[in-house]
Amino acid sequence: MPPKSKNSVAIERKRSRRDQDDLTDTAEAAEQDDWMQAKALVKPDDQLELTEAELKEEFTRILTANNPHAPQNIVRYSFKERQFKQTSSVDQLAVHFSMDGNLLHKDSEEARRQMNRTERQSVVKEEPTESGEPEAAAASTAAVEEVTEEGGAEGEVKDDGGEEGAATASKGAKAKSEKKLTNQFNYSERASQTYNNPFRDRGTVTEPPPRASFSSNVTQWEIYDAYQEDFEKQEKTKEKKVPGRKEEGKTKKKFTMSESSSDDISRVETAAKIVERMVNQNTYDDIAQDFKYWEDVSDEYRDQEGTLLPLWKFTFEKAKKLAITSVCWSPMYRDLYAVSCGSYDFMKQGSGLIIFWTLKNPSFPECYFETDSGVMCLDIHPQHPHLICAGFYDGSVAVFSAVERKEGPIYRCTAKNGKHTDPVWQVRWQKDDADNNMNFYSISSDGRICLWTILKNEMIFQDVIRLLLPDVPAEGPDGIKVPTTGSGTAFDFHQQKDYLFLVGTEEGKVHICSKAYTSHFIDTINAHNMAVYKVCWNRFHPRIFITCSADWTVKIWEMRDTLEKKNENESRKPLFSFDLNNCVGDVAWAPYSSTVFAAVTSDGKAFVYDLNVNKYEPLCEQMVAQKKKTKLTHVDFNPTYPMLIVGDDRGSVISLKLSPNLRKMKAEKKGAPPPDEATKIQREIEKLEKILSMVREQPTEATHS
Amino acid sequence: MAAEVEETLKRIQSHKGVIGIIVVNSEGIPIKTTLDNSTTVQYASLIHSLTSKARSIVRDIDPTNDLKFLRIRSKKNEIMCAPDKEFLLIVIQQDDQS
Repeated sequence: MPPKSKNSVAIERKRSRRDQDDLTDTAEAAEQDDWMQAKALVKPDDQLELTEAELKEEFTRILTANNPHAPQNIVRYSFKERQFKQTSSVDQLAVHFSMDGNLLHKDSEEARRQMNRTERQSVVKEEPTESGEPEAAAASTAAVEEVTEEGGAEGEVKDDGGEEGAATASKGAKAKSEKKLTNQFNYSERASQTYNNPFRDRGTVTEPPPRASFSSNVTQWEIYDAYQEDFEKQEKTKEKKVPGRKEEGKTKKKFTMSESSSDDISRVETAAKIVERMVNQNTYDDIAQDFKYWEDVSDEYRDQEGTLLPLWKFTFEKAKKLAITSVCWSPMYRDLYAVSCGSYDFMKQGSGLIIFWTLKNPSFPECYFETDSGVMCLDIHPQHPHLICAGFYDGSVAVFSAVERKEGPIYRCTAKNGKHTDPVWQVRWQKDDADNNMNFYSISSDGRICLWTILKNEMIFQDVIRLLLPDVPAEGPDGIKVPTTGSGTAFDFHQQKDYLFLVGTEEGKVHICSKAYTSHFIDTINAHNMAVYKVCWNRFHPRIFITCSADWTVKIWEMRDTLEKKNENESRKPLFSFDLNNCVGDVAWAPYSSTVFAAVTSDGKAFVYDLNVNKYEPLCEQMVAQKKKTKLTHVDFNPTYPMLIVGDDRGSVISLKLSPNLRKMKAEKKGAPPPDEATKIQREIEKLEKILSMVREQPTEATHS
Repeated sequence: MAAEVEETLKRIQSHKGVIGIIVVNSEGIPIKTTLDNSTTVQYASLIHSLTSKARSIVRDIDPTNDLKFLRIRSKKNEIMCAPDKEFLLIVIQQDDQS
């Protein structure tokens, strides 16, 4: 192939030797672009030397699209068909040689960027040369001098003039690394004087913060108080956490708030009460001394007589026209008692009063309740001494609370719920029932005995017994037989046997009843000829009771066994009978002895008996009322002190001290330990039993007139 | 309430031998009196300091205890002091025998 140019030969060679060497490639390029720098060919030592002919020898090669090395029998496991299958497509591409070149096309983007970069580098690199090589800087002295005239630092200067030295500097600076651009702008320093701002002072006067000097002695109790206060605070916060109690606390707070906001003077109430008692103590100092220390010396010289020493007299302006209808000592406070005021006169009915008196203040009641109807009876609850039940002349019953600041009763029955149709003569608290509800009995001359139970906000009643007279059914208006009812006037409950109680009637009968059998009486005694005013079990002996009546007598009875009663039909006779020569208003057993009792009569006399000393005569018969016409209505012993109180029909109560003879106890052996309660009771029973045995043998002699 | 207390004070005043009643507040300033000014002030300040001292004694001996009443028996009369939470009630009563 003669026409083949040198170039074409080279191409052919290139084609044949492509695999062989890199260098040939470069040589080729050198041949092609002869403008480029000529390079000497470097040959390896073991290169084949070929002759011209050999070189010109042609080798024919046919290029096919098939890759002769490609595998023809590739199998793959097909999960779909679960067997190995031959893959049909085989990659025919084979790369024999590849290499990334370092040449760029001039017009390409990358090339342009590269050019830009190299240009910038060359500009930057002049500057370090200038500072580092003063010779290079000298070449551009003219330009530099201009700069220095301005006062710029030599190292920082560069401008157009610097370009001249750039060519020379660029070669030397090639190795140096790229440096940061510096500020190209000139700067100048100028100074100027500014105005000084004038100083200004401004001040205001504020109010001084409040100051207080505090000094105190810390004492033990102040520390205690502080702790106590803190403790209460903690309790309060605890309470707050319980949501239910929160409101309670709030109302309490409100209550105390309203209390403290009330009139100042009301807050000295307790102090005023104490002082009033003290003033009374000073005023009635002699009485107080007598009450505590005086003993009637003359008692030593007489055996069977005693005296009653009048102590305080309790009068209240509002009660002056009323009669004392019952007296009752507080079971809790030894000095406190309650009286009810009303009227026994059918023609003079009016308002009533319940008064609490304390021995510490005879000049004014501790507290009192005014009622619209006469109060005929009351009883203080033994467990809750602030609660009193009362029966009224109009037949109603009510419960009052002494602690609640309330004018009226907390419960009161109405005509709709069980009110009696006649005056209520006696009321008596009972033990709480099975549901822990308080309950009390009342007796009235309408013949009913009622049980009143106090529920949360109401009082319900239950008729226990109707006192019917079996003998004479009265003629009604149309000839109808109306059963006549007896009129109850008094009752008393047995201390040990809860179910057992006595009923005294206006007809003079005494019924022994049981709560369990309401239809008939266990026993009935024709005790008196006139109304029975009081029936009372002995405080020690379980079968002995006393009655008093308008027929001037006081009688002592013994409850008999039921069998015995059936055997004899004769009228029962009392163990003792005492004629007091006037209507006997009340009788009471002494709390300290089984044989001592006191009675009061309408002629103003008080009687004290001790069966142990004298079975026929009173140890003491004394005119107590200060005015002749005054009747004594009621009497009661103080549970602890040797004294009794008697009420009269003018609203006053007189307290009397029992002289030593009236409270003679069985002499204790000297040095012997004081007997306990049980033996005391046993002794008292024995004492009474001894007397009774004497009487039982000769019952006819017992009556004394 | 207030009326009741007034009643009580009136009753105290009406008792035999009672010369005067003074109610003193916690700072020792008399707020109610039945005596003349100078006597009241004198009684109030003197008795107030004495009662607080007495109370201190009682409470120092037993912090749970408290003074309820203080009576000063003199040749001519008796001074009764009843300290309350905020007030002090002073009553001067002539002795019967003197």
